[in-house]
Amino acid sequence: MGVKDIFAYDWTYLMPEITILGFATILSIMDMIAGKRLNRTILGWFALVGIAIATYFVLDNVATLQEPYSYLFDTMRVDSFGNAFKLLFLTGVAFAILLSISYIKESDEVKHTGEFYYLLLTGLLGAMVMASSADLITLFVGLEILSLSSYILVGMRKKNLASNESAFKYVVTGSIATAITLFGISYLYGFSGTTNLYEMTQRLAEAYHNGFGFMILIGFAFMIVGLTFKISAIPNHMWAPDVYQGAATPVTAFLAVVSKSAGFALIIRVVILSFAGLFNPETQMSMFMDLLWYVSIIAALSMIIGNTMALRQTNIKRLMAYSGIAQAGYLLVPLVIFTQSFIFEQTIFFLSAYLLAAFGTFAIIMVVTRDRKTEDLKAFAGLYHRAPLAAVAMTLFLLSLAGIPISAGFFGKFYIFLGAIGNGSFWLVGIMLATSVISYYYYFGIIRQMYMRPGETEAALKLPAGVLVVVIVAALGTFVLGILPEILINYIHDFFNPYFNLGDML
Amino acid sequence: MDNSFLLSLITFSPLLAILILLLVPKSQITIIKQLGILGTILPLILATMLFVSFDYHQIGMQFYEHASWIQIPLSLMADNQTYYLNIDYEMGVDGISMPLVFMTSIIATLAAVASWNIKKRTKEYFILFHLLLIGMFGVFTAQNLLLFFLFFELTLVPMYFLIGIWGYVDREKAANRFLIYNGIGSAIMLLGFIAMLFVSSLVSPEPTISIWRLVEALTTPGNAFVTNVPESFKFGLFMAFVIAFGIKLPIFPFHSWMLKVHVQAPPAIVMIHSGILLKMGAYGLLRMGIGFFPDVAQKMAVGMAILGLINILYGATLAFVQRDLKMVLAYSSISHMGVILLGFAAMNLFGFQGAMFQVISHGFISALMFFLIGVIWERTGTSQIDELGGLAKSMPFVSGVFLAGGMASLGLPGMSGFISEFFAFLGLFGSHPVLAAIGALGLIVTAVYVLRAIMAATFGPTPTKYQQLADAQPMEVIPIVVLLGFIILIGIYPAMLSNPLQETLKTLVIQVTGIGG
Repeated sequence: MGVKDIFAYDWTYLMPEITILGFATILSIMDMIAGKRLNRTILGWFALVGIAIATYFVLDNVATLQEPYSYLFDTMRVDSFGNAFKLLFLTGVAFAILLSISYIKESDEVKHTGEFYYLLLTGLLGAMVMASSADLITLFVGLEILSLSSYILVGMRKKNLASNESAFKYVVTGSIATAITLFGISYLYGFSGTTNLYEMTQRLAEAYHNGFGFMILIGFAFMIVGLTFKISAIPNHMWAPDVYQGAATPVTAFLAVVSKSAGFALIIRVVILSFAGLFNPETQMSMFMDLLWYVSIIAALSMIIGNTMALRQTNIKRLMAYSGIAQAGYLLVPLVIFTQSFIFEQTIFFLSAYLLAAFGTFAIIMVVTRDRKTEDLKAFAGLYHRAPLAAVAMTLFLLSLAGIPISAGFFGKFYIFLGAIGNGSFWLVGIMLATSVISYYYYFGIIRQMYMRPGETEAALKLPAGVLVVVIVAALGTFVLGILPEILINYIHDFFNPYFNLGDML
Repeated sequence: MDNSFLLSLITFSPLLAILILLLVPKSQITIIKQLGILGTILPLILATMLFVSFDYHQIGMQFYEHASWIQIPLSLMADNQTYYLNIDYEMGVDGISMPLVFMTSIIATLAAVASWNIKKRTKEYFILFHLLLIGMFGVFTAQNLLLFFLFFELTLVPMYFLIGIWGYVDREKAANRFLIYNGIGSAIMLLGFIAMLFVSSLVSPEPTISIWRLVEALTTPGNAFVTNVPESFKFGLFMAFVIAFGIKLPIFPFHSWMLKVHVQAPPAIVMIHSGILLKMGAYGLLRMGIGFFPDVAQKMAVGMAILGLINILYGATLAFVQRDLKMVLAYSSISHMGVILLGFAAMNLFGFQGAMFQVISHGFISALMFFLIGVIWERTGTSQIDELGGLAKSMPFVSGVFLAGGMASLGLPGMSGFISEFFAFLGLFGSHPVLAAIGALGLIVTAVYVLRAIMAATFGPTPTKYQQLADAQPMEVIPIVVLLGFIILIGIYPAMLSNPLQETLKTLVIQVTGIGG
């Protein structure tokens, strides 16, 4: 293939990624050449501008692109699946930057603020690549861009021991997970001789028919276990509490939402694209269903362990980490039950609800823990008297995370239930419901602190502007989606689904 | 007047009070309390209009409202076809729910009056109180399973706060237990509701979770619903509803949360809890459990009767040995809820009527009793039977009404408790005479524990510290008189309640016996 062919592609569809890459580059150069006097907050606002432009391009793609656009044998692939995830990432990182601006302004730990912003952007770029490729090499590159950015971000509080520890742990466990993933991929490559997911599905099916089912299983198992790292699901979940605790809160929120969503984008695409074809027409046996059965065990264990371990936590960020493990379990359910194209709607809706609730929660956690100088749950004592609206908003977020109406989180779960029961997976729904009830206990533990316990101080607590914006947007979104979920569900269904159905993907 | 939005108006009228309360500064305690009480007057007026304009002779839903709400794309079957699930905003009342709405509005107003004694954080208290009201009205008027569920859950969160912030010493534990038990109940309920949707999608091209549509489909003989759905599935769903609403009612092994709430919550909230919230369990059981699966219910009647017997005897026996008046009443509530189950189990018109009478009658009686306990607690600072005594001398009015309430509770003729128990047992004697005979034993024990508790608290020598106690204030007399008035009114003029109930229950009986028999 010559250079000419490369220019023959219509590169405008890649504008979102190009924009983010450009802004990340410019930010890093600006950070380097600008004197020490320059207030780096400007870089944060500049990064937000970049995100706004990229969002515009994604929306433009959504409106104009009638069918998937593929670059260089699907190494990059602009389709509705990726676009929807990109919108999530962009919103998430925009929130994270807003939080970071307030965080850095008042932090005595984080000095190198320029890095903070452009690393968030490169992380975003990695996530976007993960969502829009159908080739394992590119997907892996995206995964690594995201990982490397987040490794550094976690260690940003240079003088803080916990932060250093968590960064180190994150690098080590992350590398192990990557190695495991690669090991699994090597098997799959060995059988298919390709990294392209569309070709792989056919070759793997051939290999399956020739009796190599077990070897495919090994490849699948290693790959999926490695990938659970990013979504912090069992068995690769142990890093989450330590890292969440050590990282600066905006970074924690970034890991909890953006990084996790990117992991889901990758897992869903790879699992469905390359394994759904493992079907033996003679015996009517589908290996795919067996593979999903293993994933459902991961989902069930994540729900159970995440929710029960969270019960014992006294540190708010560790609690949120376990809550995040449980949420990853819920989010695997749509994939496992595999109700045709509705995986997509269910996952995106749940992720949107989770994005709003989690960012809202972390925004308030950030303000409260910094004010009280402790991350203990007791920091929330008497919050209602200090900042009534923040406490009410926090209650709404926690209700959403717990899945209690009226909140977006309830409908996210409800939608997943609908699919799961329609498919007869009563046991998964049973676990999901039972563990949700368990989760009431610790979510309401925070609520109890806020409303029923006397705090050490009654001084009014003011939310900084950036935090306030995040909280208001998240609270409004959570509430409105709780009453009128069809706004989002139908938007996803109408604008994204036509070219994400399995028929086209296979 | 156009009544087409009456139910929505009733349900959401407490919002007005909430909005106004939000604007009042925290320090204006008296104004907040007045507004809190005034706020409940509006739904009371609207509910009275509902009661007056309800047509006794019409079968089926009245004041029906319908608007499309949520449309979710969904593929429920394995054939990869997209369905649109329509979840509509549907409200309506029939003979069963209309009296409950009316009762809710009355007890709510009286509980608001009883809340006059709330000493801290009055603004938040009344805001949550009105939120709770919205949930309760909504539960009784919603005609769509999801809407019902949302309102049901809407009662959960305000109740958690009302118990946890304004309760007595052990309030947080009580609130937690309330939350977890009811959370489990709600989870099972939700599972059942979604399974209903799944079933409906199996047999009809347009899946629905509209309550009356489901009832219609499930009770028409020969309908695809009835023939295509396996018996075991129906049985499972019925059991799911029994457990979900059984926790709320509460049925025997699931009752421990309710004892804690009765003891720890503030009196005004216990009035609501015992008077209305428990009845949501009975209502759900009748509407969903028996309403959806009359044939299964018919087969399970004996089981239900036995559960009812356990409730009656267990509650009554334990009420007998309690030292705390609140605990006596809490166990008494369990016992009385057993009568409701017995009425259901009778599966005939008398039984259902008895059960519904019991729902309403116990609502008023327990509201009255807990209000009185609140009055006594205000003055003496205790509700322990041992520490009380001789109150009749210093507080003759309160003690007198207390005795009257006790009489109503043990089923003295001329009061509402008599009618309900009479009908329930009459019904059960018709279908299961042996069980009814055993149940009647419970009535004797009831008389014993009620009299023991009331005598010990109000008669005997008056301890010196209680000699100067003031009798009921005008503010307290109103709720007492109103509640007692309703108890006696239903006792001497039961037609007031049986008229609206009649047609709806007749339809239900036809469904129960028509298919099951």
